Amino acid sequence: MNNVLSVHTIRFITLVFLQVLIFNHINFMGHINPYPYILFIALFPIKNNRINIIVLSFFLGLSVDLFLDTGGMHAAASVFAAYIRPIFLKFSFGTIYEHQTIKFETVEFGSKLTYFSLLTLAHHLVLFLLELFNISKIILVFQKTLFSGIFTILMCILITIIFSRKNK
Amino acid sequence: MQQIINFIIRNKIFLLFLLLFSVSILFTVQSHSYHKSKFINSANFLTGGVYNSVNNITEYFALKSQNEILAKENNRLKSILYNSQAKQDSSFVDSLLFGSPYKFTTAQVIKNSYNTLDNILLINKGTKNNIQQDFGVITDKGILGIVDQTSGGFATVLSILNSNSKISAQLKKTNHFGSLVWDGKSPNITQLVDVQKIAPVAVGDTIITSGRSSIFPKGILIGTINDFKLDQSENSYIIDIKLFTDMTNLEHVYVIENVNLPEIKSLLSNE
Repeated sequence: MNNVLSVHTIRFITLVFLQVLIFNHINFMGHINPYPYILFIALFPIKNNRINIIVLSFFLGLSVDLFLDTGGMHAAASVFAAYIRPIFLKFSFGTIYEHQTIKFETVEFGSKLTYFSLLTLAHHLVLFLLELFNISKIILVFQKTLFSGIFTILMCILITIIFSRKNK
Repeated sequence: MQQIINFIIRNKIFLLFLLLFSVSILFTVQSHSYHKSKFINSANFLTGGVYNSVNNITEYFALKSQNEILAKENNRLKSILYNSQAKQDSSFVDSLLFGSPYKFTTAQVIKNSYNTLDNILLINKGTKNNIQQDFGVITDKGILGIVDQTSGGFATVLSILNSNSKISAQLKKTNHFGSLVWDGKSPNITQLVDVQKIAPVAVGDTIITSGRSSIFPKGILIGTINDFKLDQSENSYIIDIKLFTDMTNLEHVYVIENVNLPEIKSLLSNE
């Protein structure tokens, strides 16, 4: 239990720092940045209490907001993603989720990709809706969600592949 | 009563979600209005310290280009200094800043941002260096923004690349003025709106600050006219301005304090 706690604490801090110091300065094609800090929400243990993940996501988003001067956009998007996560889990993993026995290192690549994509798009949609804060710019919201989303999904998959433990 | 408690227990996850979500929305709404983001801003000990220590490393990468920029500016200032000596008023030859209403402080940008709609910068000087809200910030080439929130050692700057930013600017050759705003598309192009149709606008003309807001002195360079068109009412121009400042490469900036600002403000509020 102690081990799990320290792993998640380190993951929380590392992801926030990576996000604000590196990933937010990529500016691909002028303004496209990935937001891979949502890996923390995606890889949070499923057996755990849902209240924990919602509260932790709030603080995750709020710490990113503090660094980026974005008010509460990241906090809102993260809380939304954390709340809606069980629906995506059920959709992507089906019956394995019902038995609560998923290990993210062992699941199929296809269902993992579906899961990451759904979570990323939900998070980014809320994020960019709040960032632009203008319903008449809805096309720009979708455009940013799509481009940043593709980038984020790519980064998330890469990071999970690089840091996956070989289980033999 | 028991039913209410049961309802809360049954829906506790949804209620928690709703609570945290609305708190975040509240912060977001605050951040979208000028001078309101009191709690969540990067001018505090933790984030300022982190950005400062990271900037200590990353500033070495830009050292060469920044040195060139500073050398060019020194060159320009020296040429002004030696060329103007002959014409100076003899009674105040070397009285440092005698009667000058503007005080300058140098600062370094430790967090730059230009990719969102509301860009906010962080500089490494704060209330300890007598920097307060509504001071202007410029670079060697032109205008940069206005100080928003301050802490002991740091201050956030509302960049001109921010949808809340509105700075009074005018044509250099005549006194027709308008407001400098940003449409969020390119970090090199801003817009000057509300310029009367009668103004003689031409591509390539220089735009300067007008000094009407008493934050910036009159005559600080902003950019040149890139393109212009009439707005929907056909009464005023929307002018695209190509900025002189490269907003993506910022390091050394100057903070301007207008010493007379409190006096001007109290005079205006009396009316």
